[in-house]
This record gives sequence, C-alpha cells and structure tokens, in this order.
Amino acid sequence: MVTKSITGEGGFLNNLGRVYGIYTGGFLAFIILMAIFEQLGVPNRVLGYLFVGFTILIYAFIGIVSRTTQVSEYYVAGRKVPAFYNGMATGSDWMSAASFVGMAGTLFALGYDGLAFVLGWTGGFVLVSVFLAPYLRKFGAYTVPDFLSARYGGNLARFLGVIVLLACSFTYVVAQIFGTGLIASRFLGMDFTYAVYAGLAGILVCSMLGGMRAVTWTQVAQYIVLIIAYLTPVVILSTQKYGIPIPELMYGQALQDITAREQEMIATGLAEAGKLKGHITPFLTYDRVNFFALILCLMVGTASLPHILMRYFTTPSVRDARKSVAWSLFFIFLLYFTAPAYAAFAKLEVYQNVIGQNLDALPAWIATYSSLDLVTIYGHSLKNLGGHIGAVKAAIAGGATDLATVTAALQGDAATAFGKLAEPVRLALVDGIKANPAAGATDLFNSVVQASAQAAGNTTGKLTHGALSINNDVIVLSTPEIAGLPYVISGLVAAGGLAAALSTADGLLLAIANALSHDIYYKMIDTKAPTNRRLIVSRVLLLVVALIAAWTASTRPADILAMVSWAFSLAAAGLFPALVLGVWWKRANATGAVVGMIAGFGLCMLYLIVTRYFPGFGVTYLGMSSLLNATTGAPLADLAKLMAEPNAMDGWVAATHPLQSKVGWMNISNISSAIFGLPAGFLGLIIGSLLTAAPSKAMQDFIDEIRRPKGKELMEGGNLVRDVH
Amino acid sequence: MASSNVEGHWAATSRLMYISLAVWLFFSFVIHFFVNSLNSIVILGFPLGFWFASQGSLIIFVVLLFWFARKQDSIDREHGMAEED
Repeated sequence: MVTKSITGEGGFLNNLGRVYGIYTGGFLAFIILMAIFEQLGVPNRVLGYLFVGFTILIYAFIGIVSRTTQVSEYYVAGRKVPAFYNGMATGSDWMSAASFVGMAGTLFALGYDGLAFVLGWTGGFVLVSVFLAPYLRKFGAYTVPDFLSARYGGNLARFLGVIVLLACSFTYVVAQIFGTGLIASRFLGMDFTYAVYAGLAGILVCSMLGGMRAVTWTQVAQYIVLIIAYLTPVVILSTQKYGIPIPELMYGQALQDITAREQEMIATGLAEAGKLKGHITPFLTYDRVNFFALILCLMVGTASLPHILMRYFTTPSVRDARKSVAWSLFFIFLLYFTAPAYAAFAKLEVYQNVIGQNLDALPAWIATYSSLDLVTIYGHSLKNLGGHIGAVKAAIAGGATDLATVTAALQGDAATAFGKLAEPVRLALVDGIKANPAAGATDLFNSVVQASAQAAGNTTGKLTHGALSINNDVIVLSTPEIAGLPYVISGLVAAGGLAAALSTADGLLLAIANALSHDIYYKMIDTKAPTNRRLIVSRVLLLVVALIAAWTASTRPADILAMVSWAFSLAAAGLFPALVLGVWWKRANATGAVVGMIAGFGLCMLYLIVTRYFPGFGVTYLGMSSLLNATTGAPLADLAKLMAEPNAMDGWVAATHPLQSKVGWMNISNISSAIFGLPAGFLGLIIGSLLTAAPSKAMQDFIDEIRRPKGKELMEGGNLVRDVH
Repeated sequence: MASSNVEGHWAATSRLMYISLAVWLFFSFVIHFFVNSLNSIVILGFPLGFWFASQGSLIIFVVLLFWFARKQDSIDREHGMAEED
C-alpha cells in the first residue's frame, strides 16, 4: 500500500508536464464543447453552471486523490514541488478575486495612480527572494511562526507571530469567500448565501484531506484556468480592434485615443475639467508621498504575508526556492501587465460609445449591469428603480392618485428612499405608472433618467461623464459583452474569477489552520501529540475556521471587506523586521523581536483603528489632522466645524462618521499605515536587542547554517533537530 | 569547512543582496519620480512614464529575479556552499 502510493506519486511527479498538459488541453476542449452547446441553443444559465461545476469537480478530484496521512505531506507537500509548478501555485495563491475581477476596474477608475497596486503587488517578490524565501526554506519549518520561535527562543515570539498572521489572514479569507459568493450569484443567479456555502464546500474539498499537498496541485490547476480566462477576452478584443492579438502592446494606441477623447469631452461640455481624471496623468488620486508610501507598504506586505512565504517551504531545495520566486512573479506578471490593457480598452469604449450617446440609446451591456446595480446613471439603476416602482405601485393600488398622495402613502425605508429622489424623478415615476400600470424598471428607466438629466441642468439628452458611475468589477466582467463575444466567454471568465477566489482562500485557510494546529496546539498545548492526532486537529480547525469565515462572509460585512487592504500594512509592520533581521542580523535577539513586533504591529493597528473608527479621538489626543486633496491640497474635511459637532468623539457605532479615514499624521492615508509601523518595528527590534545580551554561540551557528544552502534542514517533522538556545 | 569560506560566501551573498536591492529601489521608486518628464516621450502610443509603471518595472523585476537566482547559485557553488544537484 505504502509502496504503491509512493510509486503512484513518483509517477505523477515525473509526469507533471504531461498531466497538466493533458489537463490544459482538456480544458480548452471543454471550452470548445461549451461553444458548440451554445450554438445548439443550450441556455446561458446552463452553460454557466456547466463551466463552474466542471472546474470545481476537477479541483475536488485533485483534492481527493491528493489526500494524505503524513505530516510532512500535509504541511509542506513533502517538499517535492518543482520550482516551475510552485511558481504557478503561488501565482494563484497570490492573485485573489480582487486581482482578477477588481484590479482592472481600479486602473479604469484611477488611471496612473492605480498602478501603485500593480507595482506594489509585484515588486514585493524581489524582497521575498532576496531576503527571506531561501533562508526560510533552508530552516525547514512548517509555518512562519515556527521560524520566529526557533530564532527568537520560545513561544512568546511564536505567539505574537500567530496573532499577526490571524490579523492579516482572516479578513482576507472572508473577502475571498465573499468573492466566490458574488461571482456565483452574478453568473449563475444563485442566492448569495447559498453561493457562499457552495464556495466553502469547493474550498474544503481541496484542502481538508490533503493539506498543502492537495492545495498545491489544485492551485496549479486553478492558475491554468484563471490565466486562460483572464487573457482570452482581452486578446480577442485586441485582435478585433487593432488586428494584433497582443493587448499589452496595442493598448498604447488606446491610451492616445483616451487622452484625445478626454480633451474633446471637456471641450464639448460632456465632462467637467476639474472632475475628469486624465488617464495617464499621475498623482490625481494619491499625491506623490501617498503614492510611493502605498507602493512601499504593498511591497513589504507582500514579502511578509505568511500564506505566500509558506509556499516556498514546499520546494525540493533552497536553489529551487529562489527559482520558484522568479517563476511566481513571472506567472503573476502575466496577469498584472494585462490588467492595464483591460482598463484602457474599457475606458475607450465607455468614453467613445457610452458617454455622449443619447440617453435612450445606450449600449445593451449598460442595462445588463444596471440590473445588478453595478452601473448607475444619475444614481439610478434598473435594480434600485425596481424598488421604487414596487412601492409606488403598491401606493397607487392602495388608492393614491398623484405625487402628493403617493408620497403620503409610503412608509419606512421606501418613503425615505423615495424622498431622496429629485422631484421631477418622483413625478416621472408616478406619471409613468399611472399611464401604464404594468410598467417595469426597463420601461420607466429612460423617462426617469431624462427627468434626472433635466433636474441636473443637462438639456442635451446625452449622457455626460459625471452622470455615469461604473463599479470596478464591471470592467473585467463586461469585456466579453463589449467585444460582442458569445456567452461561452463570459462563462469562462466566471470560472476564472472563481478559480482566483478559491485558490487564494485555500492558501489562506491553510495558513490560518496550520498556525492554530501546529503553533498553538502542537507547540504550545500538547507537545507530545502523536502524528494522527495532530492531523485530526489540523483538519478540525480548518473546518472550524472555514465555517466561521463563510458565516462572516454571508453577513456581507462591509467593515471586514474594507479591512482587507489593512492586511499588507499589518503583515509588513508586524512580521517583516523580525523575519529579515532574524536572518540578516545575528545580534537580533528575543527581547528585540518581541519589542519590535509589538511596536510595529501595535502602532499600525492603532493608526488604522483610530483613523477609521475614532477619528475624533485621534484629532483631540493624537495630534492628527485632516488628509489633503491630492490635486488641490485642500483639506478633505473641515476639522474645526466637524469637531464641534456633538458626535465628533463617537467611535465604533458611528460607522458613517464624517471624519472616517479622513484624518491622519503627515497626510498619510491609513492604507499605508506601515509607513509608521515599519520604522517602529525596526527601531524596537534594534534598540531592544542592543539593550540586552547578544544571542548565544549556538544561535550564531544556527544563523550561519540558515545562511548556507548546503547541509540538512534545521527542522524535521516540525521539530528542531537540535537545541539552539 | 574553512571559516574564511563561510565569511567569503556571506560577503558575496550580501553584495548580491545590495545590488539587487538597488535595482529594486530604482525601478520601484526612483524612476517613477520622473514620470512627468518621461511621459513626454511616447513610444507606440505609450507615454514612457506610464509604461514603466505598468510594464517596464515589472519586466525588470522578473528578469532581476531569474538573474538573482542564477547569480546566488554560482556564489554558493564557488564557495562550496551549494546543495548537491
């Protein structure tokens, strides 16, 4: 049995190219089959289900055949993953639902300034390879806190490491599960809550039985799906528009056309000069300091996130760990350097064929996303209009006859929402429904929008730049429709987005569950636990964490989703100094590490919580001032006025505090809070170390050993091979 | 294993680290300080400053990492610190 599984696996590892080659070919054949189905008249929704169902079945199959009962397979995939494949696995581990669906939208909205994310989420891998991955690989740990404990003697540093890991990974995994729910509900029309739990099942089946081993091989499969899905629509679009299937090369022309059209829109009054952000003009959203601060925080954060670092524990050698980081960045690069092409093509389409069009003759895809509330015109979408129409119809059915009586008949939220509409809009709704009692949102949309346009002083009947609002997610999702591609491509994009969300969720869940089972349970509670009990505990914890994350996601927690961007700063400030100096500075000791981690993480957390939840407190006691507008340099908030308000000092409950995330030190936005946390972490570590005794000779030797690739790992089966303290 | 070898290995490794870090620093930050001047140069429609932030720096990072992996490996071999193949 044992021999059989080893030969079976050896066969798999020796034939990876063939296995994944056949898999990729099979997936392409499946896409063609779906295209044929579509021609034969199979409904779109069925195609959507087939796409998603087929890919998830494959992941589940890989997850199940990769099940394992060996600790080293469970935690580090037996350290047998070749550099190239680990690169792919890291690529899908890293690229989340937000990268796949949201990145192009961010670039669409922010233009040049959005490139801070492209740079920040790629350049960090240089730090991973130069400072950390090879050394952590040589050390031979199962988790990142394992290294902290060995290097800084004992469980306090380990415990702090686990705290930072949980703080940055949990919100992140909730966002991924939320992403699976969103994609499934949008493409398959599933109920959001069911979709969340269906996503959860897809995640668990890939990770629970086989731990890191199963996650690795599903992540490779997921990378292949997500990159095909990401590149296909934009390659076709580039070919249609410019005749050459290399969007990364061809969008230069689109950039020129966008800039020309921006001038034209301002000249013809379709856009206001002060409100239109030039696509290639830098520093309109973030000023210089914030732009570079954000890049630094994202890069250092990338290099400190445990779910990324632990991927490099799985390579066969230190040499492979380095190569693997290079491959990882290559595979990530393929997506990130394509995202700006998506943004440019979509922007040109919107500027040329949407803005300036007659309000009653907009392209069909606008209506599609309007019905999901992702596109609004003058704040109206088909979806939110549907709500008003229902309420007005009920009022008319109840005997109301005109605007006054309808308004009087409405109650509660419906009345508040209706009251917020401009009067001509309310009138248009009531008159429209009186004229045609069966009218739906589509029938009334045009008259409502026309009424809004007139109320806003737009008498041209054409859509202006300021009236249109597009959700970031729409850019990638709508590209197949904009290019006039068959639905099969949309189904492919859905499968790709799902692969991105699932693969990242797998990696994060494993990082969290391993920290809890290995670092907390095995290392701190029951150090004598036998192997099988350790594995059972790991799986139970994985299940529990996954359930909590899915439940949290199902409540659509706006706060938690907003906190995802905190993860990078928290990881950077909490872990980077201790990890890097642990390898690169022999004098770093336990006291220093503990002081540094508490100072860095603590200051970062304080800045985030105060600026977001207790801005009044920050202004009064911590000397914070209003952040400034990037272009005009004017304060974002009138502090003198707002601080005089009775609720100025409120926290938590006032989620809509007028100063929320608008105050800070030195005009640094809280997304870059590691700008304060990083120096605090480094200073704390250095001062704390220098004030206390140098590490022992045994520890110095231990560091020397980590620094040279040659020789055995310093840990085996999750335990140090010798005492180093 | 001679201790001079250990020190030589670490000195060479550190030197490579500083070189890589300098390249990283330049293409992550320094070059983008000059985005406005670079944008006046347009190649294939791409303003050069925009191109560096969206493609150029990324390409440099990828190349840097493959070069770094090779270079470090040859340092390891030179000092007898490499793993067996």
